[in-house]
Amino acid sequence: MTTTLPVSRRSDNAALRKLRRNSGAMLGFVLLLLLLLAALFGPLFLGNPGAQDLAARLSPPSAAHWLGTDQLGRDVLTRVLSGARISLGLGVSVMLASLITGSLIGLLAGLLSGWWDEGLMRLTDIFLAFPSLILAMAISAALGPNLTNVMIAVALVSWPTYARLIRAQVLALREREFVEAARALGSSQGRVALRHLLPNSLAPLLVQGSFDVGSAILTAAGLGFIGFGAQPPTPEWGAMVSETRNYIAQAPWASSAPAVAILLTVLAFNLIGDGLRDVFDPRGR
Amino acid sequence: MLIYILRRLALMVFVLWGVTLAAFLISHALPADPAAAALGNNAREAQLQEFRVRNGLDKSLPVQYGVYMGRLLTGDLGTSLRTQNSITADLKQFFPATLELTLGAVVFAVLIGLPLGILAALQHGKALDLLARIFALLGGATPVYWLAILALNVFHERLGWLPGPGRLDAYSLAPPVHSGLMTVDAVLARDPQVLVDGLRHLILPGLVLGAFSAALLTRMTRSALLEVLSQDYIRTARAKGLKGSRVIWRHALKNAALPLLTVFGSLFGSLLTGAVLTETIFSWPGIGSYATTSAISLDFPAVMGVTLVAGLAYSLVNLIVDLAYASFDPRISFS
Repeated sequence: MTTTLPVSRRSDNAALRKLRRNSGAMLGFVLLLLLLLAALFGPLFLGNPGAQDLAARLSPPSAAHWLGTDQLGRDVLTRVLSGARISLGLGVSVMLASLITGSLIGLLAGLLSGWWDEGLMRLTDIFLAFPSLILAMAISAALGPNLTNVMIAVALVSWPTYARLIRAQVLALREREFVEAARALGSSQGRVALRHLLPNSLAPLLVQGSFDVGSAILTAAGLGFIGFGAQPPTPEWGAMVSETRNYIAQAPWASSAPAVAILLTVLAFNLIGDGLRDVFDPRGR
Repeated sequence: MLIYILRRLALMVFVLWGVTLAAFLISHALPADPAAAALGNNAREAQLQEFRVRNGLDKSLPVQYGVYMGRLLTGDLGTSLRTQNSITADLKQFFPATLELTLGAVVFAVLIGLPLGILAALQHGKALDLLARIFALLGGATPVYWLAILALNVFHERLGWLPGPGRLDAYSLAPPVHSGLMTVDAVLARDPQVLVDGLRHLILPGLVLGAFSAALLTRMTRSALLEVLSQDYIRTARAKGLKGSRVIWRHALKNAALPLLTVFGSLFGSLLTGAVLTETIFSWPGIGSYATTSAISLDFPAVMGVTLVAGLAYSLVNLIVDLAYASFDPRISFS
């Protein structure tokens, strides 16, 4: 069975055109593309991020070390680019895990109504009231501070936003004619949810998802900074800032390079999120 | 309205109960031994067992939760496994420092974000607008801990303009504790020297913690005001010959306040997250530092205490924000 969805190819093209004209979003995409290329290919040319040269410790930026070296003589650029793989992977994984969990809960709440809706939304309220970093710290401390546990911890506190978002979309869409038509043609609840409601809720999810990748990277780097995330010598950006913080007076490049990398990555995702919001919901500007 | 408030308060109690249950279940589902964390790796099994019995960790989960809730109803959050103090007493000691820091951050955020957002909207498309947008973008993406390290290095170590970590200089004698807020206690003790010292110590951490909120406030004020300024009633007010400042203050800003209230509600969460990191760097003895050291030592009762207090504060802030909506927008009713 096929039913025409309101999301048409023509409106998709119009959205793409609008996005292309949005200079902020384009800057975000270019930044992200550069970061992705650097993360993918940089480490192939730059060698081992853990390689130490104690004779060259805390060297300023030079032709040999473009971003200088840290307190153990490790090349800061190599470590920052290796860290890009970690942070980008972590941000996207956390966003996808929270998006899938939150969307499932939001879809169920919106579709099932009644007590299910009430129960699932109260569960969402409970997790929204949780101080996310403190919960993430406790989980990470108990499971052991490493990247996987950081991802679990951050995803566990990030899903409620998606649940609320998708539920609101489902409530707005479920009485629309195209959904009623699908039901009248015999579509099951699951099919209506996956083929009709979810595709028409993608725009706000996409906007929220863009912001959340940056937010997850910031949170995970914060956890890394206070010792609850990736552990040295892993070249995770937050842990790198933490490792080099005591040398900021002698070698500001060592802690500033990973911090600026975090800033640029979060900035790229925020710019993309802003652009997508301008396209899909101009009132939210 | 009273019914609405009562309903919201009932919901808040339910959410807080849920927070205790979820925190309890998560903390007990984790494969970690608080006894081993408290006594160290060299502790003998008998010592570990004695610790577990003393702290009720040997009982079944429902019994442990029942005991916890029974105590909670009398305002007792239990005993910290690390400090062996009452958690209620610990939080009473640490919370005022966080409150003072957070209030300082909100003051800085409002002092910077509101005027910058208003000016950016009034100068739409000009250089100041561009600068405000850049500030809003960078402020929202900068890691707070890096900003803290930089600020300490530049303004304390290099320039010597502002004091370093802590709430007071080493030579300053803390005033008698009444409120726990250093500045208020200094005023109550009529000690201007300590008041100035306390305020000076608040500037750097307050600015660092408030930077993200200032950026968000700049951005939201600008966009809310831009939207209002394009409305017909603003054009009518101008056409009537009203002064520009009157149009802005009486007509535009009042209508732009509603979306800004929403921002205040959501700012709270980011301030608490930021406080954990800021307090760690500035050696600020607040609940952020307390939560960090408690989590490191797997002191779950203490972490649950902080979680509950933060959840309560979050719920209260959001209730106040929702109630404030009505006073700004008469179209909103609580029926």
